[in-house]
Amino acid sequence: MPVLPPPDIAPALSEIILAAGAMALLIFGAVSGEKSTRTVSWLAIAVLIIALAVSLAQGGERHLGFYGMFVTDAFALFMKALVLIGSAVTILIGMRYNEDQGIARFEFPVLVLLATTGMMVMISANDLITLYVGLELQNLALYVVAAFNRDSTRSSEAGLKYFVLGALSSGMLLYGASLIYGFTGTTAFSEIATLVSGGTVPSAGVLIGLVFVVVGLAFKVSAVPFHMWTPDVYEGAPTPVTAFFAVAPKIAALALFIRFLVEPFGPLLGEWRQVIVFLSIASMVLGAVAAIAQENIKRLMAYSSIGHVGYALIGLATGTAAGIRGVLVYMAIYLFMTVGSWAVILCMRRNGRMLEGISDLAGLSRSQPGLALALAIFMFALSGIPPTAGFFAKLYVFLAAIDAKLAGLAVIGVVTSVVSAFYYLRVVKVMYFDEPVGAFDRPLTAELKGVLFVTAVVTLFFFILPGPIVGGADAAALALFAR
Amino acid sequence: MSHWPLLSLVTFLPLVGTAFILMARGDEAVVARNARWIALWTSLIVFVLSLVLWFDFDPSTADFQFVERASWVTLGGFDFNYHMGIDGISLFFVLLTTILTFITIISAWEVIQYRVKEFMIAFLVLETFMVGVFCSLDFILFYVFFEGVLIPMFLIIGVWGGSNRIYSAFKFFLYTLLGSVLMLLAVLAVYFQTGTTDIEYALAHSELFPAYLQKWLWLAFFASFAVKVPMWPVHTWLPDAHVEAPTAGSVILAGVLLKLGGYGFIRFSLPMFPLASTYFTPLIFALSAIAVIYTSLVALAQIDMKKLIAYSSIAHMGFVTMGTFAVTSEAVQGAIIQMLSHGIVSGALFLCVGVLYDRLHTHEIARFGGLVHRMPAYAFVLMVFTLAAVGLPGTSGFIGEFLILLGTFRVNTLECTLAATALFLGPMYMLYMYRRVIFGTLTRADLRGMLDLSAREKALFVPLLIVVIWMGVYPLSFLRPIQVSVDHLVQQVAAATEAAGMRRASLP
Repeated sequence: MPVLPPPDIAPALSEIILAAGAMALLIFGAVSGEKSTRTVSWLAIAVLIIALAVSLAQGGERHLGFYGMFVTDAFALFMKALVLIGSAVTILIGMRYNEDQGIARFEFPVLVLLATTGMMVMISANDLITLYVGLELQNLALYVVAAFNRDSTRSSEAGLKYFVLGALSSGMLLYGASLIYGFTGTTAFSEIATLVSGGTVPSAGVLIGLVFVVVGLAFKVSAVPFHMWTPDVYEGAPTPVTAFFAVAPKIAALALFIRFLVEPFGPLLGEWRQVIVFLSIASMVLGAVAAIAQENIKRLMAYSSIGHVGYALIGLATGTAAGIRGVLVYMAIYLFMTVGSWAVILCMRRNGRMLEGISDLAGLSRSQPGLALALAIFMFALSGIPPTAGFFAKLYVFLAAIDAKLAGLAVIGVVTSVVSAFYYLRVVKVMYFDEPVGAFDRPLTAELKGVLFVTAVVTLFFFILPGPIVGGADAAALALFAR
Repeated sequence: MSHWPLLSLVTFLPLVGTAFILMARGDEAVVARNARWIALWTSLIVFVLSLVLWFDFDPSTADFQFVERASWVTLGGFDFNYHMGIDGISLFFVLLTTILTFITIISAWEVIQYRVKEFMIAFLVLETFMVGVFCSLDFILFYVFFEGVLIPMFLIIGVWGGSNRIYSAFKFFLYTLLGSVLMLLAVLAVYFQTGTTDIEYALAHSELFPAYLQKWLWLAFFASFAVKVPMWPVHTWLPDAHVEAPTAGSVILAGVLLKLGGYGFIRFSLPMFPLASTYFTPLIFALSAIAVIYTSLVALAQIDMKKLIAYSSIAHMGFVTMGTFAVTSEAVQGAIIQMLSHGIVSGALFLCVGVLYDRLHTHEIARFGGLVHRMPAYAFVLMVFTLAAVGLPGTSGFIGEFLILLGTFRVNTLECTLAATALFLGPMYMLYMYRRVIFGTLTRADLRGMLDLSAREKALFVPLLIVVIWMGVYPLSFLRPIQVSVDHLVQQVAAATEAAGMRRASLP
């Protein structure tokens, strides 16, 4: 047996930093005990920022590592930046909440770091095995954080639910991956691409495997009809955890989704497009309709996130560079809108008790005008009304859809966005038109204020300077189609 | 002055005013007073600047003037620019917006005592969006302004409106949003057809749109504009929105927001899709005739003054859509004049209703009667605007209706005849209302104590009265800048339909 040369680990430098940082912080926390939680949280944020800096320094050039199983390119860089920002911000806004709820444990930031490592690996996966390793690393950490408030039945239930359904979807994905391996004889994305683009019709086994993997990934991005866990887990998990779930894992899973379909299976666009179109339509419709009756803001946001995945999948369904750019712009803007909304939800505390009802926001515009304005901006953005950033997110995916002759999908998209505008507006209505029921506890922490300010400003004034995000997304999308 | 970015100033100065209002500190009364003054000065300066536009406007060309262009996003093959400019068609809509905003801010001076700061901010932001719609020459920019209007208006109806305000605010928002999102898709399709989001380019190159595509795109634009106008049968949001909106909101709603639809038809549907416009003219004529006759009859049965004026608005806008799609020079000019006139007159009528509402907190017709004995000045003002609304010669309403009927007669006599029924239906409901409110005996005790117009209220109506009479007696000062642009538009449509071998309907 020939001896392999040592693997090229340089492309995975930021993942290594994250993993090492998580281990170091775990030891540090275990040694210094519960009181070190705040320090560990700040250090975890520092580690995430270092990883981001390293990724940015490495740039968007295409590098293969670990014998081609691991890839970094402009696409990976863009998605990793989003994931790292999302993770860092959720640790930041969750600190105070966890302290108030008596669940401030140093394991939380460590688990977030581990989950983030998994996401980074997912984004860079260039092989079915890397894909699965990254996904499971992420999942295992996420199961634990979902049940993080271990004295709460709701939280434990959320964790268990997430675990059972997550394991099921991982199983399907693994089954699909083994079918693909069985019928192509390889797990490397590049070799699969060569095989399926050979002009011969791929065997049914490959297609069935493809569908199974798509189903598994659809679970992870919570696309309808594989969304059932989302509202329950969102509602049950502690709010900072939900904020985390709503952003980083979704972006990472979508990145994996895109790379998996575009790189190895790009030539089979005609085969998988109909599946994605169905997922997209079903998600948009359910996200719009099911959220109308919600009284709990966390459940509302859960259905809202299902709807947004539907819009993002429009871009994927086109299978073009413009479409992928649309998805990336969408996810970048979604990050800001969603993190901002969750930051407001984390402020919903009266007399030390956390509130989750939409009606608890009544009259917020008079008791806390700044907070109400911020949430109103996010709500208008989520419903896609210009001049907020949410409009531009939708603009780019619809643009790609019209270009790819998917006008029907775009029409369904705009109609459901009108339906969903109803429930976003309802939040605005409760805050602005209803009589106040009393202010939330003050003062807000400096972290929350800062996050709210930045996300609100980006969401509202995105139109002035859309260049950086759109330009980055454009480069990232082109990188995926470069070969 | 020509080197100044005048259009940007007119568009964005209100936002500067908003920033100043946000900076106001102190207790509530101080903030409210500062907010009022800042809003007043901002809107006055904006109005004066927009007058400069009129004086500097060159009426001899159909080209866009005061053009400003800056690169906005140039990435990945999808470029859109900051491109502003006005021609004869849009010039007066800008002026209409600035004068009405100025007047509504005065009208709200004492009436709005609750969340004054937010109220003024909402109106200034609204002004930016409305002026932006009329000035933008890039589709994405246009759409941002066009849909952005919904946010402040939603808040104005919902926060300062009447008892059923929430229902009305939602109905207004969702109705108009549904129309405009379809237009967004059409805008994207236009982009792929022309390769640019530049409106000026698309307007001049209707040949880039094949006939079958024109029909689809025309329908998508129609969905948006028909709801805004509003045309029968998608008009039902309007009476609700008017009844619940505060007076100032109603003025802007009737005065400017409805014009967005009519402006859109003239600006986009006609020059970009001339074949589809010709093809769908019978549809427009049918809907317009129904709007004119049906809503006039509905107006007759109203017991609420605001609802009555709302239905009369739909009838008047029916005239506008009819004139627009008659596509003769007289009719289109008439449509524009009619929109301007209706903007001023219906705005003034809502202010008149507001005067009564401030005193008695109702707009039910039956609650009033014999007001002439206590409020002679008010009776005079209401009379002038009522007569202008029914199109009495010498008022602005006459010029618009006359030009439209003149222009349409040559194209479709039957349509013209049907629409002309409004000439006696209009006076029926308007004068009937006037008689019930103003004349008769003063029976109710609370009416005896009614005070006549205050100095502030008189100041409100004087400029509007001047405009109405000026437009009616010497319309040429308004028609001259409009004419060249409209002639150019009409010739463009005629040439395109002729080239395609279609025959525009003419006398049967």
